[in-house]
Amino acid sequence: MLETILKRERDLGTPAKTSANTVRATIDGTPIEVPEGTSVMRAAAEAGINIPKLCATDSLEAFGSCRLCLVQIENRRGYPASCTTPVEEGMVIWTETPKLHELRRNVMELYISDHPLDCLTCPANGDCELQDMAGVVGLRSVRYGFDGANHLSDATDASNPYFAYDSSKCIVCSRCVRACEEVQGTFALTIDGRGFESRIAAGQKQDFMDSECVSCGACVQACPTSSLMEKSVIMMGQAEHAVITTCAYCGVGCGFKAEMKGQEVVRMTPWKDGKANRGHACVKGRFAWGYATHRDRVLKPMIRKSIADPWREVSWDEALNHAASEIKRIQAKYGTGSVGGITSSRCTNEETYLVQKLVRAAFGNNNVDTCARVCHSPTGYGLKTTLGESAGTQTFDSVMHADVVIVMGANPSAAHPVFASRLKRRLRQGAKLIVIDPRVTELVSSPHIKADFHLPVRPGTNTAILTAMAHVIATERLIDEAFVAERCETKAFEQWREFVSQEQHSPEATESITGCRAADVRGAARLFARQPNGAIYYGLGVTEHSQGSTTVMAIANLAMATGNLGREGVGVNPLRGQNNVQGSCDMGSFPHELPGYRHISDDLVRGRFERAWGVTLQPEPGLRIPNMFDAALGGTFMGLYCQGEDIVQSDPDTQHVAAALAAMECVIVQDIFLNETAKYAHVFLPGSSFLEKDGTFTNAERRISRVRQVMRPKAGKADWEATCALSNALGYPMNYAHPRDVMDEIASLTPTFAGVSFKRIDELGGSVQWPCNDDAPEGTPIMHMDQFVRGKGKFMITKYVPTSERSTRRFPLLLTTGRILSQYNVGAQTRRTANVAWHSEDVLEIHPSDAEERGIKTGDKVAIQSRAGETALTAEVTERVQPGVVYTTFHFPESGANVVTTDSSDWATNCPEYKVTAVQVRLVTEPSRWQEKWTRFSTLQEQLLPRAQARAQAGDQAPSKAAATPSPVNEPA
Amino acid sequence: MNTRIFVPRDTAAIAVGADDVASAITAQAQALGLDVQIVRNGSRGLLWLETLVEIDTPAGRIAYGPVQADDVPGLFEAGWLDGSPHPLRHGPTDEIPYLKNQERLTFARVGIIDPLSLADYQAHGGYAGLRNALAMAPEAIVGEVVDSGLRGRGGAAFPTGIKWKTVLATPALQKYVVCNADEGDSGTFSDRLLMEGDPYTLIEGMTIAGIAVGANYGYVYVRSEYPYAVDVLARAIEQARRTGWLGSDIQGSGRAFDMEVRTAAGAYICGEETSLLESLEGKRGLVRAKPPLPAIQGLFGQPTVINNVISLASVPIILDKGAAYYRDYGMGRSRGTLPFQLAGNLKRGGLVEKAFGLTLRQLLFDFGGGSASGRPLRAVQVGGPLGAYLPESQWDVPLDYEAYMGISAMLGHGGLVAFDDTVDMAGMAQYAMEFCAVESCGKCTPCRVGAVRGVEVIQKIRRDDQREHQVHLLRDLCDTMFSGSLCALGGMTPYPVLSALNHFPQDFGLPATQPASDEATA
Repeated sequence: MLETILKRERDLGTPAKTSANTVRATIDGTPIEVPEGTSVMRAAAEAGINIPKLCATDSLEAFGSCRLCLVQIENRRGYPASCTTPVEEGMVIWTETPKLHELRRNVMELYISDHPLDCLTCPANGDCELQDMAGVVGLRSVRYGFDGANHLSDATDASNPYFAYDSSKCIVCSRCVRACEEVQGTFALTIDGRGFESRIAAGQKQDFMDSECVSCGACVQACPTSSLMEKSVIMMGQAEHAVITTCAYCGVGCGFKAEMKGQEVVRMTPWKDGKANRGHACVKGRFAWGYATHRDRVLKPMIRKSIADPWREVSWDEALNHAASEIKRIQAKYGTGSVGGITSSRCTNEETYLVQKLVRAAFGNNNVDTCARVCHSPTGYGLKTTLGESAGTQTFDSVMHADVVIVMGANPSAAHPVFASRLKRRLRQGAKLIVIDPRVTELVSSPHIKADFHLPVRPGTNTAILTAMAHVIATERLIDEAFVAERCETKAFEQWREFVSQEQHSPEATESITGCRAADVRGAARLFARQPNGAIYYGLGVTEHSQGSTTVMAIANLAMATGNLGREGVGVNPLRGQNNVQGSCDMGSFPHELPGYRHISDDLVRGRFERAWGVTLQPEPGLRIPNMFDAALGGTFMGLYCQGEDIVQSDPDTQHVAAALAAMECVIVQDIFLNETAKYAHVFLPGSSFLEKDGTFTNAERRISRVRQVMRPKAGKADWEATCALSNALGYPMNYAHPRDVMDEIASLTPTFAGVSFKRIDELGGSVQWPCNDDAPEGTPIMHMDQFVRGKGKFMITKYVPTSERSTRRFPLLLTTGRILSQYNVGAQTRRTANVAWHSEDVLEIHPSDAEERGIKTGDKVAIQSRAGETALTAEVTERVQPGVVYTTFHFPESGANVVTTDSSDWATNCPEYKVTAVQVRLVTEPSRWQEKWTRFSTLQEQLLPRAQARAQAGDQAPSKAAATPSPVNEPA
Repeated sequence: MNTRIFVPRDTAAIAVGADDVASAITAQAQALGLDVQIVRNGSRGLLWLETLVEIDTPAGRIAYGPVQADDVPGLFEAGWLDGSPHPLRHGPTDEIPYLKNQERLTFARVGIIDPLSLADYQAHGGYAGLRNALAMAPEAIVGEVVDSGLRGRGGAAFPTGIKWKTVLATPALQKYVVCNADEGDSGTFSDRLLMEGDPYTLIEGMTIAGIAVGANYGYVYVRSEYPYAVDVLARAIEQARRTGWLGSDIQGSGRAFDMEVRTAAGAYICGEETSLLESLEGKRGLVRAKPPLPAIQGLFGQPTVINNVISLASVPIILDKGAAYYRDYGMGRSRGTLPFQLAGNLKRGGLVEKAFGLTLRQLLFDFGGGSASGRPLRAVQVGGPLGAYLPESQWDVPLDYEAYMGISAMLGHGGLVAFDDTVDMAGMAQYAMEFCAVESCGKCTPCRVGAVRGVEVIQKIRRDDQREHQVHLLRDLCDTMFSGSLCALGGMTPYPVLSALNHFPQDFGLPATQPASDEATA
């Protein structure tokens, strides 16, 4: 094989077995000992003996169809398939005999008699298992000729933007079908027809795009030939080297192999040894990486005096010096506290750490916050208060040991697809499922998945429903008394028990509040309490409420009361939205906390940082993001350094945010695109994508995984380098040779990270779960094993306080917001990929009865109005939402979902109440006034970019054309 | 006093006009003011005599056949109600040599009783086996079946008792009994004859299997082309349930067993037991790899007894009369009886239940009466479409599982199809490959691609396109299919192909002295 072509990962043929019993046998004279149930094929592979195979792969259960892996076993008749034959004690197995050679060659001859002989021009050339096996078995001729029946002229289905299905290359091994079932759990693929007519079919013999296929790529990954092949490989050919890195989309944190040709990505393939994803991926991580080289990337630093001025491209030095002098000027004029920074959950731990260090040490205040403010800050608060640590308690693998799972306010099929696949695999094995969600999410009912209970909770009443479940558990003697007695604070528990046992918290009494049938609530509570292992997974539908923190504590209460913490298969598991939202919180991004969640007012801790950083730190917490906006409008906060976050699009009450930014004197935005926030900026520092830098991301299971640079920073500096340079320009020296040095500094200052280093991560196989220190040198997969981090677990009283955001005569509907599979967050990345083929605009889901009342049909344009603002979207009439509730996503800036959301927020953490906004919906014919304004402003800002200016000077009419285009950022790549 | 007249309501009889005959009898009796009672029984299995009408006379049941509706007035006129002579009269049914010379154990009641009459059933020894079983420990029931020597009558001949023992020994909260009634082999009809003629025997056999292995539910997977069998079984199950022979407390014994009929999906491959289980689960009929054995992980992943109709229907008599009674029939390791099914070019087609050990020649001539065409018989395919073609030189081999294996043939389900000397054996070989290609589930390569190539290669042989080379390739292909296929469909298709090639080389344009290899494999 050419050494310029990647080596495939070793495939042991069938999945590992975990039986404690072992069996012994000999294979080709080599004695082996394997766990009971291990296939002959895998046992042989582990002993270094490679039995030819095509339909077997170690990510799928054995199937036994290709018949290449036949072996001979002494005292057994025939030639059993080694993939489906388990090793038995005393077996004497032979894998290479003349008879087997003949059989394998003859089977291969049959395959090739119905396969194109175009290997040299085939996209899989160099990476084809069929080709390899033909070589291995020594096929020299096809005696059947090629004039017989065949599929050589079958048509190719190229409907999916990322991969093609070439039926003529298909060998009907069913690996794709099995991957769709076993790995992904979508059941979109099947074999159509039988016998020689058998062909892969998507859906009801539809094109892939028209079928239920979710484009996760599992089928492409599984295909041994070029039948299912990435279009990028068809275009570019095989990669010549590969780099292991970590996906920059959601909080699952999948390990990927970036397959490269020099500086160019050929494809991203899920890394088999990635501990978060175990070789699986989703449509975003696997395919939607084209944004990294999209022409919209801004690659030069730019400055301007006011946001009405054209941008001017300048050198890095000029941009940084300008930014530094502006910050100094503002601080001189308005005070030390008049500037601040926002760290990014999209950036690496090291970069985040540096930004908060910059704010605390170079700006000299604690005005640093992060986007977790608007998503999982209640998780941090709630779990820290009850359990003692601001993080999920488990590994993703843990779900494979759960007997009952609560999924609350989360739609993992869309937002955490790879975890959803794992969860569904467990559910298909028989685990029970309780879904608490206002919407009928995919988990409620999908192929081979049916929730045992769906509690369609009315938005804003999460606390009430969990307290009602606790009531059932407390009053029906379902509490794990032994666990509580040993592990939790007695007094707090007794108070809690007394509280939840009150009749007013019974499912019957709260039915009118939550909208959930009391019998269902009782049933769900009993189910959860009675199964051996109960696990709770939740998302932003829990946190983004006025009682977000209370609900998180109610979840922790429920887990403690039922003894579901501190071992495999249980736990409290926040599903983190962004790739490094856990990490950005860990790194001290909140105004009141230094890295490792230690309060800034703690003199001892602060002292350590002061010594290490050589500065005096402010002991008082700084401003939170909403406070910054208010202060800006109040004239006391005038400068902001915002790295990799689009607060204008993602934060609630857009008009308020925009007004705040417009009031500032210097907004420094560091991003890869001219995002919505950058349109209000005075300094633009070009960012680097995850492909352009080294570092680490920390996923929802506290797993710190390496991000590796696969290409040079397109703008010349990685984000961490830009932050260092800004700090140096400000006069506070930051000199790191490599992100590994930053991590070493983090480790030296943060007890939970004390054992973490890039070297150690590599030694541990590419990732480690914190805490990682002398007590846990290999990291901590499961937390709170022997005792809680805070010592005894603390039950908290969770009194339901209705949100002030409630339906009124004027705003009779409740708007709740969420995500869709193909788009990610503000869409800055996914909108610049072919993922728009699945979702090209945000729509408003409305129940048929509400729609009927308003004369609304699917496809109609409707206005959504709240007390904060108004926007217009296309309506989709659906029973996924309940009457009285409407739903949308916020992936497109022109949708203005956050024009409608309000300043209502979590009482403890200010996390915005995105999930509940009282609105009215009505038919309209035109965009809202905000949308018209946005279009004008956006068009203007696009024209102020140097590239638009250059086009205008060249006599190109592009700018005026652009002016006619409603939304320039909406163009697909 | 009324006269009982038996007119089969069996698919084979109905196909030749039994319903019309029954109507004609009713009409004629009415016209003549005669008091008759028509009983729609099962078929006696003397298919060349269908519609075989029996008159219940003081001298016993007198047979008339084949009766057409047109014959009815004449039969009345001749006084058939008294058993009077008529050209269609065959005398007492039980004395017809074809029937008299059989050893009917499993089919003892078929054609005699009203299939849906529980009283009739019990009057003829029905439920005696289950009554005994209800008083026995599961191990003892299984032991009895093991001792009887009963082997799977579906074709694979695996010892039934051993299979049950595995299911019994596999702990599970839920186990199943599945009856394979997807009788799809050409020239076979014994399952249907039994289900339509004596459904309670099957229900009783399944119930015994259930209480023996600890399964409380059963499915009968019936070929979709058998609507009458489905109907009769469904009604019988309903009555059994109503009378406490099925349900949560069978006859007050505290033992539970219930069952239902499922109509098959219409694919030959679903007669293969693992495909059948997939189909029962609502999936595509695809062969599963074994292990795991269905006895350990069968229907819905639970331990499952899956047996053929005849295997299960043979259980009641074993439990009634004891293992030794059944075991005393037969020869060698082939114990008991097999209902042979005579079809093809034979004068007297039908069902012949005999102990193992007789010869094909006896079946063909003593029972079958030689060819229907009057020409010499040339080849007989035994055991369905995947069975070997036997030339006359092999017709004296005793019908015994092992003896047949010795000549690269198989008894299978006991069906045989006879051909006279006009047959083109190369055409039959090609048909075998075509059959495999059409019916292949498509999972394994030797069968999916091999069968198609097999057809092409035989076509080339027949048109003398590099004949020698193609014959060599055909033998290679047969070896690949035999040794490499996942299930018996691909694995046994070489039997008819190679037997045709080896025994009738001249039909392939080869010299008659083709080295006769009896081995399917080289």
